[in-house]
Amino acid sequence: MSKGNFTRRNMLKTGVATGAALAVPTIFTGQVWADGHTGFTNAPGPDSVTLGFNVPQTGAYADEGADELRAFQLAVQHLNGEGDGGMMNTFSSDALDGTGILGRRVEYVTGDTQTASDAARSSARSMIERDGAIMISGGSSSGVAVAVQSLCQDAGIIFMAGLTHANDTTGKDMRANGFRHFFNTEMTGRALAPILEGLYGTDRKVYHLTADYNWGWSQERSIRAYTEGMGWETVNNVLTPVGAGDFSSYLTPVANSGADVLILNHYGGDMVNSLTQAVQFGLRDMQANGKNFEIVVPLFSRLMARGAGSAIANIHGSTNWHWSLQDEGSQAFTRSFGTEYGFPPSQAAHTCYVQTLLYADAVVRGGSFNPCSVDEALADFEFDGMGNGPTLYRADDHQCFKDVLVVRGKENPENEYDLLEIVEVTPRDAVTYPPDHPDFVEGQLGACNPGA
Amino acid sequence: MEAIILQVLNGLDKGSAYALIALGLTLIFGTLGVVNFAHGALFMLGAFIAVTLRRVLNLSFETIDETRTDFLGNPMAVDTPYVEYWFGPEMGSAIIDWSVPIAVLLAIPIMALIGVAMERGLIKHFYKRPHADQILVTFGLAIVLQEIIKAFYGANPIPTPAPQAFVGSFDFGALIGFDPFTIMYPYWRLVYFAFSMVIIGAVFAFLRFTTFGMVVRAGMADRETVGLLGIDIDRRFVIMFAIAAIVAGLAGVMYTPILSPNYHIGMEFLVLSFVVVVVGGMGSLPGAVAAGFLLGILQSFASMSQIIEIIPGINQVIIYLVAVIVLLTRPRGLMGRKGVMEE
Repeated sequence: MSKGNFTRRNMLKTGVATGAALAVPTIFTGQVWADGHTGFTNAPGPDSVTLGFNVPQTGAYADEGADELRAFQLAVQHLNGEGDGGMMNTFSSDALDGTGILGRRVEYVTGDTQTASDAARSSARSMIERDGAIMISGGSSSGVAVAVQSLCQDAGIIFMAGLTHANDTTGKDMRANGFRHFFNTEMTGRALAPILEGLYGTDRKVYHLTADYNWGWSQERSIRAYTEGMGWETVNNVLTPVGAGDFSSYLTPVANSGADVLILNHYGGDMVNSLTQAVQFGLRDMQANGKNFEIVVPLFSRLMARGAGSAIANIHGSTNWHWSLQDEGSQAFTRSFGTEYGFPPSQAAHTCYVQTLLYADAVVRGGSFNPCSVDEALADFEFDGMGNGPTLYRADDHQCFKDVLVVRGKENPENEYDLLEIVEVTPRDAVTYPPDHPDFVEGQLGACNPGA
Repeated sequence: MEAIILQVLNGLDKGSAYALIALGLTLIFGTLGVVNFAHGALFMLGAFIAVTLRRVLNLSFETIDETRTDFLGNPMAVDTPYVEYWFGPEMGSAIIDWSVPIAVLLAIPIMALIGVAMERGLIKHFYKRPHADQILVTFGLAIVLQEIIKAFYGANPIPTPAPQAFVGSFDFGALIGFDPFTIMYPYWRLVYFAFSMVIIGAVFAFLRFTTFGMVVRAGMADRETVGLLGIDIDRRFVIMFAIAAIVAGLAGVMYTPILSPNYHIGMEFLVLSFVVVVVGGMGSLPGAVAAGFLLGILQSFASMSQIIEIIPGINQVIIYLVAVIVLLTRPRGLMGRKGVMEE
């Protein structure tokens, strides 16, 4: 009887080897392998990549949210090679070619932040866990931005902040996975104060009404530091609830407070209401301390100006961007957005559009969707052609530094879009602060987190 | 002193809105025994009647002005409202300017129809059901109405200004012997206060001096006995529901220049108005009005920085704090009748 080689031991070995060989393709194409191999959360498949746009669709900042969403949709079109390409044609980096991101078609999901941190986090979490979003963008509230940025850091997702103006976003609450293109309250103070000094002198008494949350406190602190620095005296600062609607009870004490300037640290629907009501209460027609009573809105936007109507005439404030800028990038974006939607984009739309392109560009330049690769590609990235002149994404705090606009409400607007005029373009150098500025020094970027 | 007078004026102004909504709520509760959580939605619908009328009056046709360019550099499209074309530029723009007062006239029949439809279509089926069921169904209705408005008009507040003649402030200080310009108060807010007093007076006079009102008051006291006398009390109660809807709607129309309407404006006022009704005393019309003004004034004073400095956050909770104190010391509310809500 011959002794065969096919023993029980050999059969087991062969079985294991065959099983393993057959299992390989399954493992390699599965999510488990993708995460294990690439080492980051929500690594995209070969065909498409999903971005998450988390904007306020309800609440006091819903106007901004709607415009942000339009801009995101336009950016996705341009990335996928549809439409006229917008700012991709003027962007100083030529990495984007209209074939999606790294050859993957861009898809997106949206969420409603409701202008509330809890709702925003819940919506962002759903986009990350259920929809597989690899980058979250959006905002329109610093409280929301800080909350979502922290969530993205923990999940290993990149957060490209939309409209968030508080110092904390890239200060106390900065995160390695978070990036901000929008300016902040420190920059507003630096840009606006010299203009206010020129207009209203150095001997003024100021009354602040301040939105009672993260951004309001930051705005009041910054503008106060710079106005007090030029000799203005702060008479009072009253915190008002977000979405208060009727501000009359807060406005009535202003007239007899001894102040001759009212600074409204409000934004969105709150600013529309508080400014309109301040004008209704006759504050603009008043004289105090022998001077004309003045109102200042440090953070201005065209959408707010539209809501406030004629109340905006001659009111000064700062803005991140305006459609009337004449540089090639701004004009390309305004043309693209205007053709698509029939009206010019807001500063909120601009920043969200730019953030989406910057993210895509960083992925392509870095050659990977890995958040740490994006982090590296954006660190100290210098670019141009996206409005506001040459811009730096500073590595120390992930804050963009660029020109800041000081604007004034037009007295006789020609149409519903022609509401703000640019008074001054404050150059980047004048608004750049050192990373160890006292308002920012507390923050620690930490290390990038790729997740998975 | 000036600051105190200003806060009283503010309180009367806020109180006017609270009182008007609370008045309607109390009318419905007193006559039909229904706790109507959709009442704030009626205020919102009134506000959107004003918004809609302004939009209709602003319907325009487009002409191209080759001499001007738009934001894209194209020849500018100039909109001319049809009313300006039909009635001439001056008359047409005056009609648009006065859209809010005109909307008051429009709101009366529309709100009456909405009120009757709401009562006949839904609420009458819940008369004999527990208050909890009524609250659930009317709250559901409020959410449905709110979402319909959101779908049609979006989530953003829609500015609806007062006529130009009422823009600006009245020198109230000079009128009462203070230095000029020390107490300035917006014209439209004074108009709102006066308007609410007229509406409240008209409702009270209607109930007090007409046969219809007498029967309704009798029905409120003893519905069965009035029915036994051969009076169709149900038909009268339907009319009272319509009147309550009209009052809430008019309050909403006239409030639009003060606070730009949005889809959840009714819910914001509803919660406060329920507190007003409870503080005033369920079923008491004078209680609802008095509590409306009282809470409006207290809320205004609580928003003064001097008060907030002493008790931070008091402006947010003052109304609820007063409600707790009133209910602890006087469970029927300030002017509540014995037996109401105690059966």
